[in-house]
Parts: sequence; C-alpha cells; structure tokens
Amino acid sequence: MILASATGFAVPHIDYTAILPELILIGGSLVLLAAGALNVRHLPTRVYSLLSGATGVAALIAGIVLWQKVHGGGHPLTAVAHSLVIDGFSTAFVILSACIIIVSSAIADGYLRREGIAGPEFHALALLGASGAMLMAAANDFIVIFLGLEIMSIPLYVLAALDQRRAESGEAGMKYFVLGAFSSAIFVYGIALTYGATGSTNLAQIAGYLATNVSTSNGLLLAGAGLLLVGFLFKVAAVPFHMWTPDVYQGAPTPATGFMAAIAKVGGFAALLRVFFSSFHSLEASWQPILWVVAVLTLVTGAVLGLVQRDVKRMLAYSSINHAGFILLGLQAASREGMSASLYYVFVYAFLVLGSFAVITVVGGRGDTSHAIESYRGLARRQPLLGFGFAVLLLAQAGAPFTTGFLGKLYVVEAAVRSHSYALAVIAMLTGAVAAAFYLRVVFVMYSLPAGEAAPAMALADGGALATGTEPAAAVAAPAGESRGGVLVAAPPEAPAGAATGAGGGLRLRAASLGIAPSTLAGIAVTVLFTLALGIWPAPLFSFVHAAGLLF
Amino acid sequence: MLHAAFLIPLFPLVGFAVLVVGGRRLGNPLAGWLATAMVGLSFVTTVVVFAGLFERAPGRRSFTQTWWNWFSVDRLHVSAGVLVDPLSMTMALFVTGVSTLIHLYSIGYMEHDEQFPKFFLYLNLFVSSMLLLVLGGNFVMTFLGWEGVGVCSYFLIAFWFDRPSAASAGKKAMIFNRIGDAGFLLAMFLIYERTGSLQYQTVFARLGHVGGDSLVAIALLLFLGATGKSAQLPLYPWLADAMEGPTPVSALIHAATMVTAGVYLMCRISPILHLAPDAGHVIAIIGGATAFVGATIACAQTDIKKILAYSTISQLGYMFMAAGVGAYVAAIFLMLTHAFYKALLFLGAGSVIHAMNDEQNTKVMGGLRALMPITGGTFLVAWLAIGGVPPFAGFWSKGDVLLNAWGYSPALYVLGALTAVLTAYYLGRCYMLVFSGKARWVEARATGDGTSRGHAEPALEADTSNPNVPHERIAAPAGPASHGRLHPHDPGWVMTVPLVVLAFCSVFGGLINLPFHPSFVFLERWLNPVVGRALFNPHLGAGSEIIFAVIDAVLALFGVALAYSLWRTAVYRREVEPTFLERAWFIDWSYDRLLARNSTRMAAFTSAVVESRVIDGAVNGFAVLWRRSGTVLRRVQTGYVRNYALGIMAGLVVLLAWVASRTFS
Repeated sequence: MILASATGFAVPHIDYTAILPELILIGGSLVLLAAGALNVRHLPTRVYSLLSGATGVAALIAGIVLWQKVHGGGHPLTAVAHSLVIDGFSTAFVILSACIIIVSSAIADGYLRREGIAGPEFHALALLGASGAMLMAAANDFIVIFLGLEIMSIPLYVLAALDQRRAESGEAGMKYFVLGAFSSAIFVYGIALTYGATGSTNLAQIAGYLATNVSTSNGLLLAGAGLLLVGFLFKVAAVPFHMWTPDVYQGAPTPATGFMAAIAKVGGFAALLRVFFSSFHSLEASWQPILWVVAVLTLVTGAVLGLVQRDVKRMLAYSSINHAGFILLGLQAASREGMSASLYYVFVYAFLVLGSFAVITVVGGRGDTSHAIESYRGLARRQPLLGFGFAVLLLAQAGAPFTTGFLGKLYVVEAAVRSHSYALAVIAMLTGAVAAAFYLRVVFVMYSLPAGEAAPAMALADGGALATGTEPAAAVAAPAGESRGGVLVAAPPEAPAGAATGAGGGLRLRAASLGIAPSTLAGIAVTVLFTLALGIWPAPLFSFVHAAGLLF
Repeated sequence: MLHAAFLIPLFPLVGFAVLVVGGRRLGNPLAGWLATAMVGLSFVTTVVVFAGLFERAPGRRSFTQTWWNWFSVDRLHVSAGVLVDPLSMTMALFVTGVSTLIHLYSIGYMEHDEQFPKFFLYLNLFVSSMLLLVLGGNFVMTFLGWEGVGVCSYFLIAFWFDRPSAASAGKKAMIFNRIGDAGFLLAMFLIYERTGSLQYQTVFARLGHVGGDSLVAIALLLFLGATGKSAQLPLYPWLADAMEGPTPVSALIHAATMVTAGVYLMCRISPILHLAPDAGHVIAIIGGATAFVGATIACAQTDIKKILAYSTISQLGYMFMAAGVGAYVAAIFLMLTHAFYKALLFLGAGSVIHAMNDEQNTKVMGGLRALMPITGGTFLVAWLAIGGVPPFAGFWSKGDVLLNAWGYSPALYVLGALTAVLTAYYLGRCYMLVFSGKARWVEARATGDGTSRGHAEPALEADTSNPNVPHERIAAPAGPASHGRLHPHDPGWVMTVPLVVLAFCSVFGGLINLPFHPSFVFLERWLNPVVGRALFNPHLGAGSEIIFAVIDAVLALFGVALAYSLWRTAVYRREVEPTFLERAWFIDWSYDRLLARNSTRMAAFTSAVVESRVIDGAVNGFAVLWRRSGTVLRRVQTGYVRNYALGIMAGLVVLLAWVASRTFS
C-alpha cells in the first residue's frame, strides 16, 4: 500500500468470482505441477489426467454459474478496473474452453500412457493455455488481450515440442515459437499505434473515442488496427500468416495438435471478434475489404493444399485453415448474424477438430508416426465404431447435413449473403466442395478393403477426380503392414487382426484388445455425439450461441 | 365424436407398422386378419365421426383438426391435420367400407401366396394414405396421401415383381403418375404464390383476389394431376397394365378408391372450378372423350381384367364429365355406386380367375354360371348395375350425370348416352363369355390345346407382341392339361361375403340420391354445404327428368339386349372386335413409338455423351485444375522459418500499403 500510494497507483478491486474459471485452471495447473514435483513422477498418468479433467469440470461449473449470472442480470459486468468484461460472449468461450480441456484430457490420457510419457506437464500446460484463451475472450483491454495471448501461446509452443523422441516435434515447437514471437511483436506494435491514435488501450474507451471523434486522418489508427489484425490472423492461421500451421500441426504430438488447433482458434477468434465488433466497429469500411481478401486466400489455400496432402495430419492442418476461412466469413459480414454464425462455427469446429485429431492419435500408433492416408485403409472394417466416428467427424467437416458442420457452414454463408458478399459466399461454398474431396477420400479409404485383400482396381486410382496426386498401386501396397502393425501395436503379437476384431464383448474389451485407451475412445465419442446430436437437433446450441452473441 | 377423426388414418397405419415389424411372425392368415381388423376399426370410427357430423346443423358441418405444425417457412405454415366435412366423410366412409370388404376377400384370394403378410402390409399402408388424401386439411396433406397411394399402387402392381411384365407395369404406372404429380406440385406452388396459403378453407376464402387466368391455370394443373391418378386421356394407359397386380388390388386401388382420387380432388376444389368455367369445359370434354374411348376399347378386349380396366377408365371419364359441368354431387354419386359394382366385378373376376386356375382369357371360359352360382349371380347384378338398368344403382347415378350433361351441352349428352349403351354391351359380352354358353375349358381339355388355341387368336398375339400390354401370368399359364382337372366352384365364405355385400349395395345404392322429389336427394343435401355454391343447375322440370329416365332405361336395355343377342352363343366375332379397338386405338402403341423409344434414345445419348463427357469432363477438369494449383502452391511451403516470416512480412506490407492508400488518397 505504501508503494501504491507513493507512486499514485491504486490497487484495483478484484472480483474473484468474475475470474474464477481462469483461477481454477491456473490453480489446477499448479496443483498438477506440485503433485508431479513432490511425487517424483511416481503417480500414474491416469491421476494427472483425472485431475486435469476435474479441473476442467470445475471451470465448466464456474463458467455455467457465470453464464446464469450474466444471463439473469441481462447486462455485462466489468471487473478488475474495467480490464475484463464478463458477458455472454466471454462466458460462452469460458464454457467452450472448459469443455475442450475436459475432452482433451481424456484424449491425451490414452496417448500419454501409450507413449509412456509420465508426469503432469502435458495437462499442466494445456490448463494454462486454456486459461489464456479464456482471458483473451474476457479481455476488455489490449494489454489483457496480449497477456492472454502469451499465456495461451507459450504453453502451446512447449506442447508442440513435447515429444522429444521425434525431431519434428522439436522443430515444430521451434518454428511456432519463433514465428509466434514475431507476430506477438507485431501485435504489441499494433497496440502501441492504437494507443497513440486513441489515447487508450481499453476496448470500451476506444469504441467510445471512435464514436465521438471523427478524425480526418486516421492513418495511425488504421495501421494499428492492421497490425493487431495480423497478430490475430497469425493465431487463427489465416493466409498468408498460416505457413507455420502445417509444419507445427504435423510435428506436434497429435493430441497436442488437436488441443492447439481448438484452443488457439477459440482464443484468437474470441479476441478478434470482440475487438473488431466492439472497438473497431466504426472502421468496418476499412477492415471489411482486408478480411474479404484474407478470407478468400484462406479458404482457397486451405482447400487446394489440403487436396495434395498424403499425410492425414497435415491434411487436417490445411482443413483447419479452410475452416478458419469459413469463420472469417462471419466476421467479414460485420453483422449481428455474422457474429453469431462465427461463434457457432467456432463451437462446432472445436469439437470436430478435437475428435478428428483424437482418431489420428489412435491410428498413429505407438511412436505417433503412421499418419499416411494408407494407414487408414480398411480401418472401418477392422474397427467399425472408430471408423464410423471418424467418418462422422470428416463428413461434418465436409458439411454433410444432420451434422453441426453443415449448420456451421450454412450460418456463415447465410451471414455473408445477407451482407451482400455474394462472391465470397460462392467462393466459400466452392472451396467447401473441394475440401469435401479430401475428407471423403479418407472416408473412402477407411471403408475400402485393406490393401492386402483389395484388388488393384480397388485402389484409389478409380476414385478418379477424388484421388489426388497419389501414385495408386505402388503406394498402396507398401504401407499395408506398417498400418496394421501401427494400429494393433498394443495387441499381443500373436493375436491376428481378424480375431481381434471378430471378438465380441463390450466396447471396453474390444478397445483394450486393440490398444485404444477407453478414455480416448470416450473423448471421441463425446465429440461425435456432439456433432450428430446437435446437428439433428440444432436448437439448443444455436439459441445458446445466439444468446451469447446478444449479450455482448 | 368428431375428435376421433385422427384415428381414422391411424388404425391402418398402426396395422402397417405392426406388419412391418412382426408381419412374418404373424404369418398366414393372422397378418391378413390383423390388417382387416385395423381397416374395420377405421370403418367403425368413420361411422362414429360421420354420425357426429350428421348431428350438426348443415351450416356447421365442417371441422378442422390440427395435429401439429408440420413445417413453417416464411409465411407458409403447413399443419398436419384433417378437414372433416361432408365430402371428406363421404369419401372416408366408402373407402373404409370397401377396403374392409376387399381386405376380407384378400385373405381368401392370397391364401397360397408366399408374400401373404407383405401384401397386407402394403394394403394397410395404402388405406392409411388414401384416408390422408381424402381427409387432409390442406393441399400438402392431400399430396402426401396422393404420393402415398401412388407408391402403394406401384408396390402392389409390381407385387409379383419376379414377372417382368408386372415389374414394368409398376414402372409404367409410376411414370405416368409422375407426370400428373408434376401438375399437382406446380398447382400448389401457384396457389401458394397467389393466396399465401395451402389450407383449403383459407385458399377458398381468398379466391376473390386471384386473377381468372391464374384460377384456370391452377384448376388445369390440378386436373393434370387428376388425369394421371385417375387414368384419363392422355395419361390413361397405365391402368390397363396395372391389371398385372393381384385382383383384389385391382378392385381396391384401380377401381374403387385410388383412381377416384382425381375426381375427389375436382370436387374438393369446386370453389376454384366455379370461378374458372374454362377449366370446366376442358375437364368435361376430356372426361367425355375418355368415357367414350374407354368404352369402345372395352368392347374388344378378351382378358377379363382388361375389360374391367377399360370399363373403369370409361366410368372415371363419366365422373370427370360430371365434375367438369359442375355436377359434383352426380360425380360423387357415380363414384360411390361405381365403387360398389366395379369392386364387385373385380372380385367376381378374381373369383373366376381363381376357379379357372389363373386363366384370364374370357374366350376359353364359359358356362360357369351353373358351377359358380354366387359369383355368377353377383356378376350379373354388377353388370346390370353398371349398365344402368333400372332400378339398380348405376341407373340412378348415371342418369344424374347424363341429365346434367344435357343441361350443359347436348353434344356431351350424346357422347355420354353412346357410352352408356356401350357399357351395358361390353359387360354383357363379358358376362356371356364367362358365365353362359358352353364350358369351353372342358373342350380345351378334350383337344388338349385349349389354352394355346385361345392364345393363338390374333387378339392375344397383338397383346403379347406389345411389351407394354403384358398379359397376366402369361409366362406361367395353368397349362392345357391342368384344365382337365378343373372343378370350378364358388370360393369360401371370406370371398363370397364381400361379393354378396357389394351386390346388395349395387342394387340399393341408388337410394341415397333418388331424383323426382327434393326430399329424396339425401346425398345432394348432405354435400350441399361443400359444393352447393359451385353446383351446376340444369333447370329441368320433373317431367323432363322422367323422360330422361325412360330414355336412359331404354338405352341400357338396348345395350343388354345387344350383348345378349350377339354373344349368347358366339365366341369369336371379329366384325365387332376390330383390331383398332383391340389395340386400344393404338394410343399406347404410339406413345411407345413416339415418346418412350425416343426418350430412351435421348437418355442413352445423355448418359453416353452429356453425362460422361460434358459433366464428368467439367468436374474432372475442375479437379485437375485444383490439384495442379495445389502442386504449384505447395512449393511456397518450404519448411524454412525465414520464408514463413517473410510471408508474414509480405502480408503485413501489403496490408499496410492498402491502409496507406486509403489514408492518403
């Protein structure tokens, strides 16, 4: 207090209930680290995963309580000297981040145990990252956004480099870190310029300033907004700031990829939507064209480069770039519907990408290496449930009806059409069609006969337009043994594949005999159920998102 | 009591659901009894609802029951629900009544069929759809039923789908009905566009704001739908082929109920027709023409079911003629009585076919009256009824139509009167060939090639040479030898009871709408709240009504006498069975040559050239384009961080340059 009064700095009142979810996650992270340190890694991995999941559940409950409070009060609250805002929008993202943590903990559990990676690091980092994303969503000040951005990003850099046995993992972490630092610098520069132009870093104050002052020459402000935009677009992997994505997604441990793909877009889009809808709303004539171009580039690049990938993990990296383009569609519309549509898409995407990378984790096998598309040949025949789940997730990403993916695409395209961005809507749908080709390719491979049993004609060659630059016969034959070995890695070596699949019994038994951790399977099941149930009965999620968009 | 209306289509639907799940387990004959019971329950419910409606004052006899909001798009709100009014209840009553009888009959008729449960499953679904069609409270519900009966009709025509002729007959029915359905759909679009609703009462209330041309278009498009469903010119040929289905199906779907849906639709939209007299002309003319053409073709057919099929086409034409001139009550009256005697004729024919071991050629029958007294007697009643001999039901209903036709246009009356004579004649010919004369099937056994001789007739050659007019079970005839073991006899009670009940109705059905005195016209007073305003009034006195009745009776008796004198002893009379009529005016043949074959050729061309080269080529070209661009674009992805940072920088520079250009310009 002496220090504070001496420098004229008043310690603000801190409303701890408002930041409870973040506190829970950070606390959980600390507990995990402490437990790991104290027990010298003697605790089984399962305990850490359970702790992490429990932390996620606690944060989810806190988030729901906040949601009820905001929903009941009807008006947004600000906390900690107006640097945070607790409204429907932020609590929606809190809830989503908590869900991501829960699902991700379950998925990672199986991976960590399979790879024999002991210790709490993965979960502790993930919890920290998620708290950063929550902070970004709730931030009402550029400084806090930056804080959140860094709290989210640094754990992600480490997560990407977590698998020390594979050189690519270290390389991914390095690349992500260097480029992330680069973009953070640009972002901070943007904050500085914006502060210079408006005299504030507070989002509400900037909005107020721009509403009351009409500046004739706003080059400084526009440049600041532009730099901020670059920082955000880097995080959400929009073209041309996306180049790290395929390398990092491919190199990082697969469950980390799934988590990163979900949480980075959640945090990035949360802050991006809030900043550009609230603070820079009056500048929309300036940023709409930029986003138009970025959205087109992102959509097209994601679809086109996804088409030529032979590595499923890398393919999904491009697919997530394509999805980012779709989410930008709603932002570009600069309308209330666009906002809701983007929000909806982020929710849908988070679950899709988590589930998809979870399946890739399973198929990747011990060592996390078999990600070539040929590893998926006959998957649906060997493991019908897993195959079906992946098929649902992929079809949803392609935008098949009766899935949330369809509705997500529908709403953003509708928003684009309503704001008269017809060309953009058409381009988006075309790229969606192109992207469908590579999703369906995986589905096709999963449901075709394993290479050994397939006649050469069954190979991708007669897929015609769908089969991309793959060299059919030779490429098909080679990885067959590898894929089988990869998937069945945990099964007793003498157990033939047919016996393992043919064996009846419960899901648990089958999963165990095939080396799939039940927790991972549960995580996948949650995402698939989410995708299907809310695709068939969309009202709950849509009204939730709509309410979140209204309580802004 | 009116609130039970929802049960009417529900009972058969439940029957359908049960049979889908457990039909096989119920087996033969339990599945049949279940289906019959469900339709029977539906009939009882209909009677109850009917009574409830009857108790109300005539002005209040309309009751809308909304089940749930089916779908809402923009300002279009379509609810699932029914409209209970005199017209729909009249239809529901005769549909459930006749259906119950035919279900019962089918238990006997399908006794030896392996697909016994499946048959009843389809029949129940059909009845449910038909009831939705007639009870539906809006065009969409009616259309739902319309399509439902269409698909059931397809399933049942092609019931013996292992026979190519049955399979192709099913397809043909489907295709002809599609053409009509397109008209129905377009009409609905237009109705919605012009009135903003598809609910019957709302649409009818807003007709004042709709232009005359639109009304004519709506009426004619709906009539196009009706010509498909009710087998009118030019979309009639499918009905003759539909005889490939089991005979109870022919009786239920292709004579009594489904094919009358078009007539029902015309009566339902009577407020529209009332305001579009031009459409009425077209309907009346097409109806009259179909009646005449159908009757002439029926005169020269040898297959017993084909005779009845063309007879049905002709009678439906009569009904459309009535609806076209605005005599809706006459149309419904004829529909009711026709349902009785035509169902009776078909069931009688089925009984004969059964007894003759699946033989359908009338030329090799004969002399069955003594052996099958019930069938013969009831067939005789049906003949006299359809021929319009007083006092049978057909006399009154047909007289009503002709009377109205005279008031509308004497030319139409002449057409109708000619048709009336022909009707009495061709069914007389049929009756004589089947039931009187010598038992030619015995003779066939003696010479050992009875069937083949029958088939050697030019008439049948024509039939078999035309792939579109298949002959029932021609691939598996009973065989000449098997005739020898034939002992034709009346079937069991499940089949004879329906015959007797329908015969009773055919005799006394006229009582529901006797002319001469206003207090006798029950049906007209009952239907008046629905169609009254649109009803055509021929302005004829009681005296002329009697004159017309006498003329009708004379015409009918003339037809009967003609048939008797010509066919009492004869079996072949080429002079009155010209090939032109035998081959159905070559209409089906020309459809085949002009339309079907050319469209097949066009489809082959589209498949070979347009589809595989143009469309696939475009798609493949597009795919190649994307793939190439991907291959080029991926070179940017070098894997070096410095290049990636450069990318970010480049993006940033472009962005800032754009900002600068905006700021400084």
